[in-house]
Formats: sequence, structure tokens, C-alpha cells
Amino acid sequence: MQKQAIFQSKLLPYALVAPQLAIVLIFFYWPAAQAVIQSFLLQDAFGLSTSFVWFENYLELFKDPAYFAAIVRTFAFSFAIAVSSLSFALLLAVMADKPLRGSTLYRTLLIWPYAVAPPVVGVLWVFMLHPSLGVLSRYLRAMGVDWNPLLDGDQAAALIILAAAWKQISYNFLFFLAGLQSIPKSVIEAAAIDGARPMRRFWTVIFPLLSPTIFFLLVINIVYAFFDTFGIIDTMTRGGPGKATETLVYKVYTDGLLGGNLGSSAAQSVILMVIVVVLTGIQFRFVERKVTY
Amino acid sequence: MVEEEGFQRYLAHVILWIGIAIVAFPVYLAIVASTQDNAVIANGQMSLLPGGHFLETYYQTLFVGTSGSTREPVLNMMLNSLVMALLIAVGKIAISIISAYAIVYFRFPFRMAIFWIIFITLMLPVEVRIYPTYKIVADLHLLDSYAGLSLPLIASATATLLFRQFFMTVPDELLEASRIDGAGPFRFFWDTLLPLSRTNMAALFVILFILGWNQYLWPLLITTRDDMQTIQVGIRKMITTTDALTEWPVVMATALLAMLPPVFVVVVMQKLFVRGLVETEK
Repeated sequence: MQKQAIFQSKLLPYALVAPQLAIVLIFFYWPAAQAVIQSFLLQDAFGLSTSFVWFENYLELFKDPAYFAAIVRTFAFSFAIAVSSLSFALLLAVMADKPLRGSTLYRTLLIWPYAVAPPVVGVLWVFMLHPSLGVLSRYLRAMGVDWNPLLDGDQAAALIILAAAWKQISYNFLFFLAGLQSIPKSVIEAAAIDGARPMRRFWTVIFPLLSPTIFFLLVINIVYAFFDTFGIIDTMTRGGPGKATETLVYKVYTDGLLGGNLGSSAAQSVILMVIVVVLTGIQFRFVERKVTY
Repeated sequence: MVEEEGFQRYLAHVILWIGIAIVAFPVYLAIVASTQDNAVIANGQMSLLPGGHFLETYYQTLFVGTSGSTREPVLNMMLNSLVMALLIAVGKIAISIISAYAIVYFRFPFRMAIFWIIFITLMLPVEVRIYPTYKIVADLHLLDSYAGLSLPLIASATATLLFRQFFMTVPDELLEASRIDGAGPFRFFWDTLLPLSRTNMAALFVILFILGWNQYLWPLLITTRDDMQTIQVGIRKMITTTDALTEWPVVMATALLAMLPPVFVVVVMQKLFVRGLVETEK
């Protein structure tokens, strides 16, 4: 696709793209290239000499049970966050799609958590479910649950998943609502005339027509769970107890802070880049233009 | 017409209000906690109704900060966040709109290559290049500065794509008309294209402002001075000290102040927000 009416100038277009190009090259490509190069190098313990080691850093990572556990954990978190947030948001969107009085008010009251920053989400949830002073912890204990996410890894993981899913409800709700509103009313009426009850109409007509939206949101939620949960984890658990809530992004961060193995930390970054490329690829290949808003 | 029995409708209202309550509960707790006495909260005796320490807590939060750890007034943190968010939002829009203008309205060698170079940055979020980027910013002596906070985040493939798509839909006749009026590339951009892009820019601004205000990992890495802290980083530092010393009313007040500007933007500019969200994800 090209425009027919254009301007003639040799230098002006370069001047116009120069600011963006400069930022992209200095702060995006240069560091990314550094990470790739670094991931093939091994530094000795004193940082005096480096040698080219091919894929040794990567092999070490994959042999490391802690790294493997972080991969599994990250995927498990993503799946749990996506499924819980998507199903709750879908329920709310189906309800809000009905011709109800006050539907704009409902929408307003459901979309604002989108604007809450991940670290703030973490602070809110950590306070609510703090083992000694949390308001909800009182009820959990009254029900006989031995609630202590500071010591129990599974409980800490559940806490992160709940908080992360909570934040994402509003985003999913908004896109589900748009998806539902784009389904022609005539299709639903036809099903109603054929005698399909509301539940049946939902599963046989609405749900299949919504599948592009669901798939799109699934990818978005996985990307969110991979990258945007950093702030939630950092304020809630710092990856602990032990390593029970350490995701791949969090591991890159902590390993780098400790300043240990440069090559390994770079290799971890490169693996994350590959994951982003794959996820973005899926999004563009399968999602673009198939989602109807 | 599809039948909507009274019961179905009643059920929908109930489910929606339950959903709203679940979504709002953590924030309600924060509001209540920010008005109560810290000693009561620390004992686990917090009441579910507001207390009487509202003015005191918010005064301390905004102008003094926590009495322990950092002692940085939250008002100052909010100013830092505001400057960063505005620089990121305005910067992204400015450099993206002129790149898109060049790519759509000019023919020049490497035009498509440059387009792809910008496009591929979609796949390089800050999380995957944190330490090498940190090193470059340190080498450029930009640590603890607004430039360091905003510049490395200012490129935007999404915004460039959006403006490119929009420019493609602008009729060619407009350019021909303004050319007859003797307008060059600057005049056409300023007098014709910018006014037409106003809604797009506004929608994008809403999304990018929220995105900028909510940045966390990057400011956490590159700010070391307390007076350069953004509010998202500051709030984490307030709960780093041993649990017993955490001043929960101040922390909760800070959490509420941290969410106030972006939530306000979403609620008040809802139409633009929804539009921006849908457009940037396309």
C-alpha cells in the first residue's frame, strides 16, 4: 500500500525519522545485541578474561534444575492467571451485555483496575491477605486454613495468581464486551426462535462466535503474565518463599542484581526475547484482522 | 425479540454487583486503612469502617513521608511520576507521528527498512534488555535523571503503526489542495494533518500516560537518589523494612495516591480510553 500524492525531498524524511531511529538504535538494538554477544561469552571469576564458548551458557541453563523449574512455574502462572481472569471477565461481560438499566455505570465500575500499577496491586493484596494483620486472613483462619503465604510457597503462588488475575479482569471484560456487542442480534434471535434456551444459546451460538476474541485475549494475558507481573511479585513476595514465586523475568532481575554470571544472565535475556518473538508472531499471524471489535 | 425473563435480568444485576464488589474490595480496604491508627492495624484489629485519622495520614504522606525508612514526601514522588509520564507520552507521540509522516508521505532509500527497524522493537520490551540498557544509560551519565527515566522507553512501534495507518486513510486530494495553496511539507503537516490526527493523538495520549505513570522496573533500576523516586518505586521501599515497622496507613494512602491520576483519566475520559486501548492492540 503506497500513497500516490507525496512530497519530494532528499533530506527531510531522514530528519523526520532520525529521533525515533536514534532512540531505537541506542536503547533497543544496541543493548539487545550486547545481550546476544554476551550470551556466547564466558568470563573468568575475576572478570580478567573472556572466551567465546558457543552455546555453553545456554546448555548450563537448561541443565540447571532451578531454571527449568522457573520455566515450568512461569507457564503454570500464565495459564492460571489467564484462565481465571478470562472466565470471570467473560461471565461479567455476558451479564453486562444484557439490556440492563445502568449498564454504563456497570462498565465504569468494572474497567478502572486497568489503570492500577502492578506494584500497587501487589501492595493492596499483600495488605488484604497479610498473615498477621490481613482482614481476609482472619476469616481464612476462622475457617481453619493455616494461612501464611510468607512461609507456604503454594499459598504465595496462589496469592500472586489471584492479584494478577484481579488486575486483568477489567481489560478482558472490555474486550469481551466489545466482542459480544459485535455479534449480530439477528443470529441470537434466530437461535431463540428455534427454541434454544439462554444457556444453550450461549454455548452453541455466542461462545463459538467469540472464539477469535478469546484467542486474542489468551495471547495478551500470557504476555501480561510473563512480563507485567514483575511489579506484583516484587512488592508481594520478592520471588519467595524460597523460589516459589520466581518467574523468568524475576529471575533475570535477581540474578543480575547479585551480579553473578554475566553470560548466564545474558542467555536468560535472549531466551526471553525468543519467547516474546514467538508470542508476538502468534499474535500477528493468527489474531490480526480475525478479531472483531 | 429475545425474551429476557425477569429472573434472568435480576440475576445479571446481582452477578454484576458481586463482580464490582470483588473488584473494589481491595481498594475499599486501602481507603479504610488509610484513615486508621497504625497500632490498631498492626495488631490485626483493623475495623472495616473508616477511622478518624484521614487528615493526619494524608498530610504526613504528602508532605513528610514515612517516619522510618526513606522519609521522602509522596508529593515529590508524584511530581517525578508526572514528569516521567508526560515525557513518555508526549515523546512517544511526537517522534512517532513524524516518523509515520516521513514513511507515508515521502519516498526515500531504506524507507521500508526503517519501518521494519521501528516495528521490530515491539519484540524488545524493557524486561528482556534490562541490564545492557542500564549499562548504556549509566555510560551516558543519565542515571537519576528525567532523561534516563524516559528516553529509553520513548520509541513506539505501536504509535508509529497507528499513525501510519491513519495517514493512509487521509484522502490524497487534501495534499493536492494544500499544494495548490502553495503549502510545503511543514505547512501541510501542521495545518492539515495534525488537526486531523487530534482524536487519535488524544486516545493514544490517555493510554500512554497510564503506561508511563505505571512504569516500575525501569525506574526501580535507574533511580538511586530518594528525591528522584517515582511513586511506584517509593511505595515498594515503604514496605521493605521489617514488617513491624511498616506504617500501613501511610502505605495505603500512597497506594491510593498512586492510582488516583490514572484511574481518574480512565473514568473521566472513558471514550478516549476505550478507543485508545482497542486501537493500540490492533
